[in-house]
Amino acid sequence: MDGLVDSLFRRESGRLVGLLTRQLGPHRLSLAEDAVQEALLKALQTWPHGGVPDNAAAWLYQVARRAALDRLRHERVVAAKADAVAAGRDAATEPSLPDLATPFDDDELVMMFMTCHPALPPDARVALTLKVVGGFGVGEIARAFLAQDAAIAQRLVRAKRTLREHAVAFALPAEDAVHQRLASVLDALYLMFSEGHAPTAGADAIKEDVAEEAMRLVTLLARHPGTARPETHALRALMLLHAARFPGRVDDGALQLLADQDRSAWDPVLLAEGMRALGRAAAGPVETRFHLEAAIAAAHAAAPTWADTDWPQILSLYDALVARWPSPVAALNRVIAFAQVFGAEAALREAAPLAADPRLNRFHRLPAVLADLHARAGHRAQAETFFAQALAHEMSAPERRLLETRQAALGGL
Amino acid sequence: MPRYLLLLHDTGTMPEGIGPDEIQAIIQRYIDWRARVEAAGHAVMGHKLKDGEGRVMTATHGQLSVTDGPYAEAREVVGGLFVVDAASYDEIQALCADHPHLDFGTIEIREIQPT
Repeated sequence: MDGLVDSLFRRESGRLVGLLTRQLGPHRLSLAEDAVQEALLKALQTWPHGGVPDNAAAWLYQVARRAALDRLRHERVVAAKADAVAAGRDAATEPSLPDLATPFDDDELVMMFMTCHPALPPDARVALTLKVVGGFGVGEIARAFLAQDAAIAQRLVRAKRTLREHAVAFALPAEDAVHQRLASVLDALYLMFSEGHAPTAGADAIKEDVAEEAMRLVTLLARHPGTARPETHALRALMLLHAARFPGRVDDGALQLLADQDRSAWDPVLLAEGMRALGRAAAGPVETRFHLEAAIAAAHAAAPTWADTDWPQILSLYDALVARWPSPVAALNRVIAFAQVFGAEAALREAAPLAADPRLNRFHRLPAVLADLHARAGHRAQAETFFAQALAHEMSAPERRLLETRQAALGGL
Repeated sequence: MPRYLLLLHDTGTMPEGIGPDEIQAIIQRYIDWRARVEAAGHAVMGHKLKDGEGRVMTATHGQLSVTDGPYAEAREVVGGLFVVDAASYDEIQALCADHPHLDFGTIEIREIQPT
């Protein structure tokens, strides 16, 4: 009796929804989802007793296909009865779907353009892509977003309604529209990856799956000639270089600062692949936010130790990033780089305007950085104040332990 | 070696809105249980009973009556069965102690009368 390949149901769910949506039409996305879910539940009922069929994927397709046809037939019977009464017409023709599932790799790609349509808010694009393409359950997506199941379910319903309202087609955008539409997809994948590798949930396996899904999807884009553009390679490079560092980020359950990470734990294969992707990204005049962030990640990856890091280069990359794509997180990271080049006192002056940014006040990172800078500048009292401020915020247990360790180290000042 | 019939009753406690990964995990638990039991030298046969169908036949004073049922919606309907070789009730009970079905329903064990 064979076991099931890891994430088989999740992969097949995404693949089959894409397949059925292509066959039934994009306005039938919900029906496709329901049919696939029905197939999975059927498998849940029958495989535990009877065993896993030889071709699990084909079994799932056949059952999903039958379920979809049944639903369509039921709809037409209901509609036809009303029609027949109204106009005395014969019942509508039998719906049909091909017998064999001939998978087209493009289905997932096309589905991604649908689920990342610019008419959808960014959060909705990520949730819908995770659900429909990634095959994640509502509960899993809710945990990744630190939201309630009901909120995610709502978000998905609204998203699908928006897609129907916009009559979004199941097709790759025309060549002249790809560039624009691709931006929307890449933004969603960037957000997805950030959700996946954000340190706020420690070693939560669900989140790693989310980061991996983002990487898988960006790789699909990087392999397809129509979407393999510099910005795609840049985003892929960024993800690979960050993912390479995952093994170093947590040591024995404890979060590690970049300064303290065991770099030998970083994944050399992902690092090499990330650098290659960065090379492909540079093969053109386009420079996006992803290019800059990937270059920063590459600079860290290239340094054998914290001390060897090329901080002036990183700082100038952050200067460009903050100038063209200002964001509080980028500005904060720039301050850290600034401190490495010009010292803690100067960095504290750079950080002053950030204290006024309301978006940063909700999180612990700004006071944590300020605490660290004050500690380095020898201002023990201010460091104490800012550590206390940081710890007053909500954060994951590993983050809290890390902060408390740094606070305790103040005793050495 | 004696043979035992395991009747797996479904009490409808499957969680709502269950995702593909969870579904796969549950199926895997059943597969794993069966693999463990077989690896320990107990032959296992398993069958799923089709839901929503069934007939009940009774003859009263030579009159045959046939009704439909029991239906899957009815509580404690048998959803599936296993036939497992084991040395005793104690042994089959021990083998079923970690059966995943106990999270979703009940298991009725009956020894098959040897001929």
